[in-house]
Amino acid sequence: MATKSDQLQHWEATKRLTLITLIIWAVVSFGINWFGSALNSAAFPGAYFMAGAGSQLIFVILVFWFAARQNRVDELYGMSEGD
Amino acid sequence: MKLEGGFINNLGKVYGVYTLGFLGFVILMAILEAMGVPNTYIGWMFVAFTVLIYALIGVLSRTMDSNQYYVAGREVPAVYNGMATAADWMSGASFIALAGGVYLGGYPYMAFLVGWTGGYVLVASLIAPYLRKFGCYTVPDFIGTRYGGNLARFCAVVVLVVASFTYVTAQINGTGTVAARALQIPFEVGVWVGLAGILFCSMLGGMRAVTWTQVAQYIVLIIAYLIPVFWMSNKLGYGLIPHLAQFDAVQRVQELQLQLGVGTFLPSPEAQAEAGRLAALKVGINDASDSLYDRWRFFTLAFCMMAGTASLPHVLMRYFTTSSVKAARQSVGWSLFFISLLYLSAPALATFTKLSLLDPNVATSIIGKSVAQVTSIEWIQQWSNVGFLKIVDGNGDGIVQINEFFMRGDIVVLATPEMAGLPYVISGLVAAGGLAAAMSTADGLLLAIANALSHDLYYKIIDPKVDTAKRLMVARILLLIIGGLAAFVAMQKLTGILGAVAWAFCFANSGLFFPLVLGVWWKRANRAGAIAGMVGGFGVGAWYLYQVQTGMTPWLGIDGLRFGMIGMPVSLILMVVFSLMTKAPDEETQKMVESIRVPKGRTYVETH
Repeated sequence: MATKSDQLQHWEATKRLTLITLIIWAVVSFGINWFGSALNSAAFPGAYFMAGAGSQLIFVILVFWFAARQNRVDELYGMSEGD
Repeated sequence: MKLEGGFINNLGKVYGVYTLGFLGFVILMAILEAMGVPNTYIGWMFVAFTVLIYALIGVLSRTMDSNQYYVAGREVPAVYNGMATAADWMSGASFIALAGGVYLGGYPYMAFLVGWTGGYVLVASLIAPYLRKFGCYTVPDFIGTRYGGNLARFCAVVVLVVASFTYVTAQINGTGTVAARALQIPFEVGVWVGLAGILFCSMLGGMRAVTWTQVAQYIVLIIAYLIPVFWMSNKLGYGLIPHLAQFDAVQRVQELQLQLGVGTFLPSPEAQAEAGRLAALKVGINDASDSLYDRWRFFTLAFCMMAGTASLPHVLMRYFTTSSVKAARQSVGWSLFFISLLYLSAPALATFTKLSLLDPNVATSIIGKSVAQVTSIEWIQQWSNVGFLKIVDGNGDGIVQINEFFMRGDIVVLATPEMAGLPYVISGLVAAGGLAAAMSTADGLLLAIANALSHDLYYKIIDPKVDTAKRLMVARILLLIIGGLAAFVAMQKLTGILGAVAWAFCFANSGLFFPLVLGVWWKRANRAGAIAGMVGGFGVGAWYLYQVQTGMTPWLGIDGLRFGMIGMPVSLILMVVFSLMTKAPDEETQKMVESIRVPKGRTYVETH
């Protein structure tokens, strides 16, 4: 039986994970692309790469990572659907 | 074929056979083409065959159960819901116009790509799993129950209808365009043919039917997008995998841009006037600018598209159909994965098309050749005849310069097969893919509107005692009416596809983003705040759009594509201020918010 404090701790952990996810999201979306021109060099079109491919690839990984971590948080505090 | 254990347990088998069947059909068409069957027949067969399959799935999935009708029985596995969401999400604009947008719009346009994918991070982390746990049928259902009262529910219905309707007219326009081209019928007839196909998929089975047709449509659209890209890349010798080879091509295009004067050698006003709405290439492929203004424009566009993604009801409602909260989260990952298969290919296609047209060392190039020579090329003639491209020899030297070649972005996808000299069967495949993309999105949008009107407006507000059979009948009649209305508006050809799509995102984020997010993340948010946030955000955003469209100079470069940058802050501020000025939500509501924050236990709607 889950206690009230389990639920509170679960929510604290959920908030922390969400915050980390959103920080990564913001850094990738806006931080890196803000400095797009600095990514360009004679050897590689970095701005084009980040806007056209890199950001998307990171987002795909980020969402799967978030889903897996959040499941672990749910299980840790006995808040998953199986509990 | 006999299915042990029912449909859901045999999805892999069913869609595996379907995919092989579709590939077999493509090969059959290729053989028919080689045997001399005219192109018109091949186009007809592509459209007829795929639309028949979707309609068949729609009829087989008919249901009279409201749980099946509204949320597909909540039994859709994460991977398949990902495919369905990808089809739901990728519209005619994504399929037909995206690569062309990158081609003409260059680096600044790629803010759309960042925005339309990054938005799913917000969907996964802030909204979708919590709405799934809540257990509602529609997005206004969440707003109405979380904040209480018919007024809040009604406001959410209004925002949903405006945003989705703006979007759906563009889709029906898209189905009309593709149907008209493939079937060689007038656009106005094409619109109604497209609508008939769309309604066949959704009328009888609601969300259940739409889910399983969307999976089928995803398979068609992704095959239709990827085959030409890979084929073109290999045939023109750009490399086996275009996604990896594109970066060298970008470097080469940048050299060519300097030589040809892209961005400096602009069309004369007279030439542009003659070309009308067609555009010459004016923006560099990789010109990430250092100026604060340009960076701000990139940021605002990406941000508006992201928040819009996380507020558009036809996307959010797809996550109501998964079997669990955990599956809903994973399903967002799968959605983004399936979307990125197309979105990663669009810039590659744009870049290789650019190289094919600009590079004098390539046989297919046209810039720098004589006007007589270029106008004798077959695909140039074909697409000039339908008004998709035009050569205006502004300086009269008989040579095609970069500022003299005008086109519509759409031809980057539509003309790829002809440009690279691929057989006509590929053009038929591309038409089927474009149709699948536009139909699947239109299905989702029409269903979102009809469900909000039947469930939230009719059942919850007007007549709460009505029985299920009558509710579902009303839902279907509404679907017909709204579809007809959308087709009628689409026939007026009010805006280009992209304008309408970006507006839909900004309407949705101005009105719904903060009421949805704060409904989960801020217990103190209450009815007065939510209503103020929806009315204020949506109202001010719409007012601003109207001002910009009627000639006002945009503030800080926030134009009609980005008006969410005005609507969202207004919505947030009003929502916080009005919530704090009025009293906190009651105990019951606070408990509800706590219950949706944990996956454990039954949904809120089931227990109340």
